Amino acid sequence: MDFSLSPGAADFRDEVRAFLDAHLTDEIIATMHRTGTFNDKGFNGALADSGLLAGAVPGYGDRDPIELYVLFNELEKAGAPYDGLAVTMLVAGVINAVGTDFQREHVLAKLLTGRFNCCLGYSEPDHGSDVAAITTRAVRDGDQWVINGQKMWTTMAHESDWVILLTRTDPDVPKHKGLTMFLVPMDTPGIEVQPVPTMATERTNATFYDEARIGDEWRLGEVNGGWSVMGVALAFERGVMGGTNPAVPLLRHVRAWAGGAPSPDGGLMIDDPLLRERIARTAIANQVSQLLTLRAAWIAATGGLPGLEGSMAKLYATDRYQQAVGWFQQMAGADGLLDFDTDGAAADGWIDYDARHSPVTTIYGGTTEINRNNVAERHLGLPRAR
Amino acid sequence: MDLALTADQETLREVFADFFASEAGPDRARAAEPSGFDSRSWERLLETGAPGMGLPESAGGGGASLGDLGVVAEELGAAIAPLPLVEHAVAGRLLAATGACSEPVAEGSDIATLALRPARDGICHLVPAGAVARHVVALDGDRLVLSSSGAPGVALGNHGCLPLAHRSIDGATVLLEGPGAHAAFDRALDEWRTLTAAALVGIGRTALDLGVEYAKERHQFGKPIGAFQAVQHLLADLPGLVDGARLLSAKAAWAGDSDLDSSNGVIDLGSNDITDFATLAGMALVFAGEAAATTTDRSLHVHGGYGFAEEYDIQLFYRRARAWALVLDDPARECRRIADLLLATSEDAA
Repeated sequence: MDFSLSPGAADFRDEVRAFLDAHLTDEIIATMHRTGTFNDKGFNGALADSGLLAGAVPGYGDRDPIELYVLFNELEKAGAPYDGLAVTMLVAGVINAVGTDFQREHVLAKLLTGRFNCCLGYSEPDHGSDVAAITTRAVRDGDQWVINGQKMWTTMAHESDWVILLTRTDPDVPKHKGLTMFLVPMDTPGIEVQPVPTMATERTNATFYDEARIGDEWRLGEVNGGWSVMGVALAFERGVMGGTNPAVPLLRHVRAWAGGAPSPDGGLMIDDPLLRERIARTAIANQVSQLLTLRAAWIAATGGLPGLEGSMAKLYATDRYQQAVGWFQQMAGADGLLDFDTDGAAADGWIDYDARHSPVTTIYGGTTEINRNNVAERHLGLPRAR
Repeated sequence: MDLALTADQETLREVFADFFASEAGPDRARAAEPSGFDSRSWERLLETGAPGMGLPESAGGGGASLGDLGVVAEELGAAIAPLPLVEHAVAGRLLAATGACSEPVAEGSDIATLALRPARDGICHLVPAGAVARHVVALDGDRLVLSSSGAPGVALGNHGCLPLAHRSIDGATVLLEGPGAHAAFDRALDEWRTLTAAALVGIGRTALDLGVEYAKERHQFGKPIGAFQAVQHLLADLPGLVDGARLLSAKAAWAGDSDLDSSNGVIDLGSNDITDFATLAGMALVFAGEAAATTTDRSLHVHGGYGFAEEYDIQLFYRRARAWALVLDDPARECRRIADLLLATSEDAA
C-alpha cells in the first residue's frame, strides 16, 4: 500500500491550505457560530473562483476524485463553515447522476459557482430513520405537481435555492415503491421555513409545504423511483464529504489550552500524564478515522460505491469523538463549562461547543443504529432484524 | 495513493493463508499449549523461506518489505499459528543491519528473537519466543548485544501460552555501542510493534468471523441469535475496528519501508498529518491491540457459555489478543510515549 498523496493531490491539498490561510478568517468562524448557519456564500464563491470546487461534486468532472476527500477533510479539520457546501455538492452529484439536461443546465451549473445552496428534504416530524414511510404528498395535476406536507431537520433551508424533496406519490403500494424525488425551487409559493434552534450553536429548520406547485421538469428520477435516488444520495453522503474527523479541531484546541492552563496539581495541564494519554488516544482515533474515510474515498476514486465503508467510518469516528469530548470536558474542570463569550473559558469555549455539538453526530446523516443495521445485514450477512 | 495489496502481496497472502490453515491453525495452537511452539510446523515453515524473507538479499534473504511481512503476519494471527515468526523476522533484520546474521538464522534453523526490554542485571525479562530462540538480541545499557546461549525449551506459564522466558545475557557478544545501538534497537522494536499489530489484525479478523458464524448457526427463541438487533449491534462495530487497525498497521509499515523518521517524516497533531514511523508503529500496536481485545471479547460473549469453554476456539483467540499486545507494556504507558512524540513538535496555530 502507498499512503502518500499523488503529486497532483498533494498540490491540490496545498492549494486548499493556502486558500484557508488567506480566506478563513476568525470573523467567518465567529459568524458561523453566532448565526448558527454553517455556510458562507462569500467563502464558497471564493473557493469556486479559486478553482477548488471543480472536483467537489461526487462523480462529476475530470478531476482526481481523491480531491473531493482532500477538500472536505481540510475544510473540516480547519473548522471552516462547510456543512452547507457539502450538502450542496452532494445534491449536485445526485443531479449529475440522475438529473435531466434541463436540471443540469439550470441547477448544476449554478451550484458549481459556490453561490447557490441546496438542502435535503427527507425526514419528517414522524418519520426519521424509517424514512421510506414519509407522508408528504405530491399529486400530479396535468404537467404540474402539487405538494403538501412537512419536513424536519432541513438544515440550510433558509440559505437554499433548491431542496431535494422526498415525497409520496403512490400511497397504495409498499412504502419504498411509492416515493418520488423532486428538486424544488425554494421560492415556490406555498413553502415556509421556520427555524429550529438547537442546544449547540447550529440552527436547523422545519419546512412546510402548502399547495406548493412545481412543474414536472423538477422531478428527479422516475415517478415512484424516489428510493433509488435516495440510494445514490446516501452513498455520496456517508463518509467522504466531511463529518468523520471532528476530533481534529477539538484536539488542536485542547492542546493549545493545555499548553497554557495551570493544573490544580501544579505545573501545566499539558504535563498531566492522564491528559497526555488521552491526547495520544484521540490522535490515534483521528488517524484511524482519517484512514477509514480515505478508504471510502479511494473506493469511490477507483470506481466503487463506498456506502458501507462510509458507514464504518462514521460509526467509528463519531463514537470516538464523543468519547474524547467527554474526557476533555471532564479534565478541563469547571472552566470547560464556560462558553465562547466568557473570559476564562477552557480552550476559548471550544470544549463547551464540542460537548454541545457532539451528540448530534451519532444521529444526523444516518443514526449509529441505522449504520449498524447496514453493516450487520449487508457486510456481515446477518438476517434482517426488522 | 494505493490502498490495495500488490499482486505479489496477494499471492503471498494466499500462500500463507493456506500454509497456516493447513500446518499451523487453531488446532495446532491448541495442541501446542502451554509451550506455544510447534516445532514440526516451524520445520515446515523453513521450506517456505518465510524466516528469512524479510532479510536483505545481501544477507541471504528474500528482500521483503515490512509491508510484505505485515501481510504474512496478519495471516499468522488469523490462524493464531504457534510460530515465533514476527520475533524471528525482526531479530534477523536487526542482526543483518549489524552484519551479524548467520546462515542458520537466515534459514530459520536457528531461531532468533528480540528482548523487548533492556537487560537488568544481566537478565532480560519475559522475552517473547525466549523459550525457543537460540539467539536473543538485547539492549544492555548502551550496548546492543547478541546472546546465543541456546533455547531453554521451557516457557513460563502465561495467559496466551506464549513461549516466554527470562534470558541471561552472560557472555553475549557486543554488536553496537552508543547512540547507534539505541537507534538500531528502537528501529527493531518499532518493526516488532508494526508486525505484531498486523498479527493482531489477523486475530481480530478471525474472531469476528467466528462470532458471526456462530450467531448465524445458534438458534434461540426460534431464530438465529444473529437476527436479534442486540446481538447484531455488538458485532456491527467490529469490522470498522479490524479494518482500521489493518490500515493503520499498513501505514506504519509503509512509513517504515519509506524510512520516514523524525528528520523527514511529519508529526502534525493539529492537522492530523502523521507519517513518522516511530509514531505510527506505536499507534498501530495500541490500536490493533484494542481492536483485537474488543473483537475477541464481543465474539466470545456472542458464543454464550460455549465461548468460555475450552472446546471452542474463540477462547484461544481471546487470550492471545491480550497476550500478544501486552507482552510489551501497558497501552496507557505506550500512549504516554506516543504523546511525547506528538507533543515534541511545535504547536500549530490553533
